[in-house]
Amino acid sequence: MTTPTLAAKDYASNQEVRWCPGCGDYAILKAVTKTLADLQLVKENTVFVSGIGCASRFPYYMSTYGFHTIHGRAPAIATGVKLANPELDIWVVMGDGDGLSIGGNHTLHVLRRNVDLTLLLFNNEIYGLTKGQASPTSRRGTHSPSTPRGSLDTPLIPGAFALGAGARFFARAVDIQQSLLVDVMRRAHDHRGAALVEIFQNCVVFNDGVFHEFTARDVVDDNQVHVEHGKPLRFGKGGVRGLRVRPGTQQLEVITPGEDGMTDADVLVHDERDISLANMLVRLEAPVFPVAVGVIYDHPARTYETDLMAEVAAESAGGAGDLGELMAGGQTWER
Amino acid sequence: MTMTGPVAGTARESRESAVVRFAGDSGDGMQLTGSQFTTESALAGSDLTTFPDFPAEIRAPVGTTFGVSAFQIHFGSVDVMTAGDELDVLVAMNPAALITNLHDLRLGGLIVVDSAAFTTRNLEKAGYKANPLEDNSLAPYQLLSLDVTRLTQLAVADAGISSKEALRCRNMWALGLMLWMYGRSREATRGWLKKKFAKNAPIAEANVAALDAGHAYGETAELGHGLHGFTVTRADLAPGLYRTVTGTEAMAWGLVAGLQATGLKRLVFGSYPITPASPLLHVLAKLRKFGVVTFQAEDEIAAVCSAIGASYAGALGVTSSSGPGIALKTEAIGLAISTELPLVVVNVQRGGPSTGLPTKTEQSDLFQAVYGRNGDSPLPVISTSTPSDCFEVGIEAVRLATKYMTPVILLSDGYLANAAEPWLLPDVNSLPQFPVAQRTDPEGFHPFLRNPETLARAWAVPGTPGLEHRIGGLEKSAETGHISYDPANHQKMTDLRAAKINGIARDIPRQEVSLGEETGDLAVVGWGSTWGPIQQAVRRARNRGQSVSHIQIRYLHPFPSNLGELLRGFGQVLVPEMNTGQLVTMLRSTFLVPAEGLNKVNGKPFKIGEITAAIDARLEAQS
Repeated sequence: MTTPTLAAKDYASNQEVRWCPGCGDYAILKAVTKTLADLQLVKENTVFVSGIGCASRFPYYMSTYGFHTIHGRAPAIATGVKLANPELDIWVVMGDGDGLSIGGNHTLHVLRRNVDLTLLLFNNEIYGLTKGQASPTSRRGTHSPSTPRGSLDTPLIPGAFALGAGARFFARAVDIQQSLLVDVMRRAHDHRGAALVEIFQNCVVFNDGVFHEFTARDVVDDNQVHVEHGKPLRFGKGGVRGLRVRPGTQQLEVITPGEDGMTDADVLVHDERDISLANMLVRLEAPVFPVAVGVIYDHPARTYETDLMAEVAAESAGGAGDLGELMAGGQTWER
Repeated sequence: MTMTGPVAGTARESRESAVVRFAGDSGDGMQLTGSQFTTESALAGSDLTTFPDFPAEIRAPVGTTFGVSAFQIHFGSVDVMTAGDELDVLVAMNPAALITNLHDLRLGGLIVVDSAAFTTRNLEKAGYKANPLEDNSLAPYQLLSLDVTRLTQLAVADAGISSKEALRCRNMWALGLMLWMYGRSREATRGWLKKKFAKNAPIAEANVAALDAGHAYGETAELGHGLHGFTVTRADLAPGLYRTVTGTEAMAWGLVAGLQATGLKRLVFGSYPITPASPLLHVLAKLRKFGVVTFQAEDEIAAVCSAIGASYAGALGVTSSSGPGIALKTEAIGLAISTELPLVVVNVQRGGPSTGLPTKTEQSDLFQAVYGRNGDSPLPVISTSTPSDCFEVGIEAVRLATKYMTPVILLSDGYLANAAEPWLLPDVNSLPQFPVAQRTDPEGFHPFLRNPETLARAWAVPGTPGLEHRIGGLEKSAETGHISYDPANHQKMTDLRAAKINGIARDIPRQEVSLGEETGDLAVVGWGSTWGPIQQAVRRARNRGQSVSHIQIRYLHPFPSNLGELLRGFGQVLVPEMNTGQLVTMLRSTFLVPAEGLNKVNGKPFKIGEITAAIDARLEAQS
């Protein structure tokens, strides 16, 4: 018997999608179903786990298994799912408040532990479901109902956080750039271990246009660098500009080959296994620098559940445990 | 040696039971000493109960009262159910151990001290203005003042160890003396020392030498100085194979037995270190070949969430903690209630509120367990009464969780977790079996389809073709399992969740009377670790002809269906609890019975005498 080929729509549930019209989540949902279809994932072995927030409604709209849990805890729940059944293909959907504020601790630990999960961070730099408060990724000075004078705290850089936590995969994509998003999610899925994808997601109601500086049609070429392993870090229309490490420093700078004595050879080539480069790339901010998107870091390591299951197998090699023997171990006496 | 106090005879006297407490600095090895005395007593055929009592500090400053660690053992030929009200013997390794423990020694009881530790500095640290060994203040007791330090040094002189290492053998010298006093063997302890210090033969040799020297001292001294030994005859225990077991061990094994009873392949134990629950993680961490996967999570919330995730994926999810950690897990327990997933939550209670008394026992999380969540969020709450009872209750928690698709809170406490008692090993072939059937049939499936009898929803796990579904903490339609904000549906689902849990009352044993008649003047009602002292106090009262019965409640929510009727059969109801009155409030509100509390929260188990006094007061007031 051959399994019929599944189309993107086959991965969508029959539930009415209830995000605001124009929300970036629609585009992400579309890209996810396409990615699953591209990969022909087996529905019954696929699980979407989410926390709380607009993004976290996601599992209801998939036709796979899904678990909409509690605020911030999706990585912890997903870890338990993996421990129970390492064969499952587990996707975690988090928002920026969910995954980096209330659930920041779990995100940190799931990354350093390297549990094999595909983690999608929908970053809209705002709390949407609770009506627009500043989030941990909101830029300083963000005016919101909870910060009427502008927010005071420095925003977190998800990529820097992830790499600092020991993530072995970090990538970025933009909700409306579908092919990039699909490519990146596919790469994240292929990566064995915790793979975090930060998706710049526009909140049309509470934070509309917050990413326009590098996602708007007229600036996307100049203000985004699409990183690819083994390829020069070039951007701008026709790839006229590039990034290099400024000699004598550990900082990136923008150069234009053909100007100021710069040549194509001066443009840095992306190496997705280079943690130092990844650390520099995640911190680039528009408009001075292009924002780095694509697979910034991918350097697989042993995964938590692989090692754990190897231990389980080794300790069970002599057969299952005998409870009677266990209880009668140590000092016993007959009466 | 100096021996003062009432003149002691020279013959070995017979005793029904005895209570011995070893007390010293937290670095003096009192817990190990007590454990070894326990093993030797058990092997000699005594029934026994132990009470390890130690400070929260790992190594408190030497000589301080707050750094005193103690281990009490009550052993005998009779039914031993408590760690003992009063001490017969107090072994005090320093002045701080003496001053903090003396009040528990009976008048005429024996004090054994290391006189070398009674230095001016140590006396000051303990708060003594004068040396009690010299000022006659210990006259009401027998005092055996020995230079244990020097005697130990002499004993280990040939072992080739440092003087600091030599001093660390003092506990074995004291143990040797006490083993002599009660006519116990040293064989198990010798073997244990050789194994423990297998990589350091001189240390092993020194400890054995100290043990033997303490023992020999007793034998020699008996002849010349009137120090006498006792014989405690064997307890009349049912025939079979025994071991000593702590509540922690029995709980771990009960959970494994529960897993085996379900037929599920894996138990995922998500936990975060907390006193006094961590030892359960330590015991389970060794049981991989039983299908137990332990996961030390980043916090209490992740611990419970990982267990819930595991249950969602078809394993048996278990988490454990103590009160403060349970508080952190609360929201997630609500998720397991809402999504109706099996989960066992073990609460090894300790003194509260907040950080409270981490190493001291209490029963003050009952309200937290039964009522402490947002929303109407019922779940079964059961309790364990003795260390070995933890085994049965562990199995029962798994049964209820899987049969009713619900989190179950299992209340233990710090005393039960650490205390040990002899245990007649159960026959593993006759343990209960309750195989769990996970749903595989897609026909007519939705995730909130219920078993009409138990009201449990279907357990459909990822990996099963055709059953793909989504669940979450939002209210769902009773008819389809999809999200529903419909008011009538929320009423229906709330009622269903309550009915499911209340229905468990039909599936648990009727409440029986542990001791006494089913009606009478007074019922003493307990739950948890108050079992031993209540049982003994009621036994004594009944021996004096009082009309008293003991009712011990394992099932705290829902209560057994006949409990109200049973309580109404008594003139008075007395509820001893190590809290300010939680079960008593529940009994009053549930059954409208005039129950009264007997409450204390001093970090120590009830004494039999305290309950006896309360029984007498109730019955005298009545007559």
